[in-house]
Amino acid sequence: MKNETEYIKLFEENRNLIDSPCAALLNAQRPAAFAKFAAQGFPTIKDEAYRNSNVEKLFATNYGINLGRIKMGDNPHEGFTCDVPNLATRQEFIVNDCYQAEEGSRKSLPEGVLLGSLNTYARSHEALLAPYYNTLACNGDSIAQFNTAFVQDGMLLYIPRNTELTETIQLVTLLRSNIEMMSNRRLLIILEEGAKANLLVCDHSSNEKATLSTQITEVFLGNNASLNLFELEETGYANNRLAHLFVQQKGSSTFNHSSITLTGGFTRNGVYVSLEEEGAEANLSGLAICDKQQHTDNHTLVEHKAGRCTSNELYKYILDEQSTGVFAGKMHIYPDAQHTASQQTNRNLCLTSCAKMYAQPQLEIYADDVKCSHGSTVGQLDESALFYMQQRGIPKEEARHLLMFAFAGEVIDNICIDALRDRLHILVEKRFRGELNRCKGCALCKQ
Amino acid sequence: MENLIEIKNLHASIDGKEILKGINLTVKPGEVHAIMGPNGSGKSTLSNVLVGHPAYTVTQGEVIYKGQDLLALNPEERSHAGIFLSFQYPVEIAGVSMTNFMRAAINAKRQALGEAALSAGDFLKLMREKRALVNLDSKLANRSVNEGFSGGEKKRNEIFQMAMLEPTLSILDETDSGLDIDALRIVAEGVNKLKRPDTSTLVITHYQRLLDYIKPDIVHVLYNGKIVKTAGPELALELEERGYDWIKNPQ
Repeated sequence: MKNETEYIKLFEENRNLIDSPCAALLNAQRPAAFAKFAAQGFPTIKDEAYRNSNVEKLFATNYGINLGRIKMGDNPHEGFTCDVPNLATRQEFIVNDCYQAEEGSRKSLPEGVLLGSLNTYARSHEALLAPYYNTLACNGDSIAQFNTAFVQDGMLLYIPRNTELTETIQLVTLLRSNIEMMSNRRLLIILEEGAKANLLVCDHSSNEKATLSTQITEVFLGNNASLNLFELEETGYANNRLAHLFVQQKGSSTFNHSSITLTGGFTRNGVYVSLEEEGAEANLSGLAICDKQQHTDNHTLVEHKAGRCTSNELYKYILDEQSTGVFAGKMHIYPDAQHTASQQTNRNLCLTSCAKMYAQPQLEIYADDVKCSHGSTVGQLDESALFYMQQRGIPKEEARHLLMFAFAGEVIDNICIDALRDRLHILVEKRFRGELNRCKGCALCKQ
Repeated sequence: MENLIEIKNLHASIDGKEILKGINLTVKPGEVHAIMGPNGSGKSTLSNVLVGHPAYTVTQGEVIYKGQDLLALNPEERSHAGIFLSFQYPVEIAGVSMTNFMRAAINAKRQALGEAALSAGDFLKLMREKRALVNLDSKLANRSVNEGFSGGEKKRNEIFQMAMLEPTLSILDETDSGLDIDALRIVAEGVNKLKRPDTSTLVITHYQRLLDYIKPDIVHVLYNGKIVKTAGPELALELEERGYDWIKNPQ
């Protein structure tokens, strides 16, 4: 309980500072969350869920937290571009953990759609958000509680009944400070019955100093609602990310999630999906490309609580140098969840003898009429394929890239937006060639 | 005429076990040599050593190819220098399309020779042209390398790649194995169409059948890591009739 003490003190001594810029809805959830956090402390490697991911040490750094909501740097709407060629997106920004509104007029959204600062909407639309905010994350682990205690802003996306957002929303989270910095941000995504949306979240950083971001995303999908959520982490080796994604799905809703970890430091992505009514479908996929001391951990839990739901998981890791990968995926089929179709695949490449992969596929089935499978493999690049390509004149390094690219391609091919898929193919290729030095076209990084 | 390849007293081993025990073989430009021999005599080892397979260690001897020390080159450099191996067991490469694979191969060779990369249009035209040579379906060209190909398709695909890369020395390692009569004819005709006066072929086979189509100038018998007999094409016919025992146990 060493590192916690600092934060417990910080919270208790600065309660007014934390609360004052924030909506009552956010503040109301703090005491209970803080009590849970204070009682449990940060997870340690003695906790089963964090056995292979030592998050405790991340909190040892003395980070600054922007409790006073000081504006940091220029408005990214002017100057920062993270475009996906051939894809018109509506860009939103969160700098560290402050939502940055764009000044001036923007193209209007369909009627009833709310997109913007979570804190602002928590004030203006408290009654609308109250049935959702922190109702899933309240059951999360102590990092989720920590986020709820300290969080001051984030982004809200609310889409009313039968409304379809044709334009892809792109949220860019930017880490920007010249000291060690902690950011606690929150995304709340509510799609009412029949609503549809695409959301792309890109993590970028211009920090040389260490950062730690906690991010809680709560997603609520009504009947027949459909959300495609793409998360792309493209920060630096000093940028650490602890993310939890909670998803609640009603009948016949669809949730497609792709999480691509291209560069980062220590990454923990928890994905918790609850399929609550018949016909819901969740497709989760992840790709981690790691080198140096990078650590990427994807934890998933898919709970089939109703019958005739479908879930598919595909997670692939390519681990080079001394990097570490962790995958723990659990499918929990409840007694009433008959006719469940659930599949989980985890494939990993260790490119060096120092790279480490920990895989824990888990399946708990309490219903008797289901179709479930899971599989996990760890291997190296196929030497015979490498030699075959060399014999045809392809240099060994190029042959390795082709094989790695083919391996990664399976995850990227799942992405349903053509322009984004093409872009990711290029980014992944650049990553393998060592040409990806943070984002291209990013004005900040070029400086 | 200068020699294309000259193998002198070549010894090679795998996992510490010596397989080649002093091979001497010279091939001149334009010649077709057949290498025959019983199972386990070292035929595939010889082809693997010539293309630089990392599992084999050359312990003695030298190989001069086009006047340079072949053994000093890495596998891709040997390929760029014009050596091609039609694999006995072509490798399946999931997720890498034939088109991307071939483009990488062609352009790597062009780069090594100081030529500009082929444009997408020219490349596809070349693919179409060469595919026709071995009746390779265009659908196969869009699939992953050798993945889900039948035995015959894999061998035809080898000859297709040979057509694309236009090697100077082609080594056909049991290209006839696993082929039915029609496929054998298509593959052999493909090889013959690719033959130029300056290119040479090493045909490794167990059977006379392939040699009915690809006519050798010289036939060698490899036994226990050494070439024990060299003669004209009539030797292959004699082997077909008499087997190898008379060579293994000379009276």
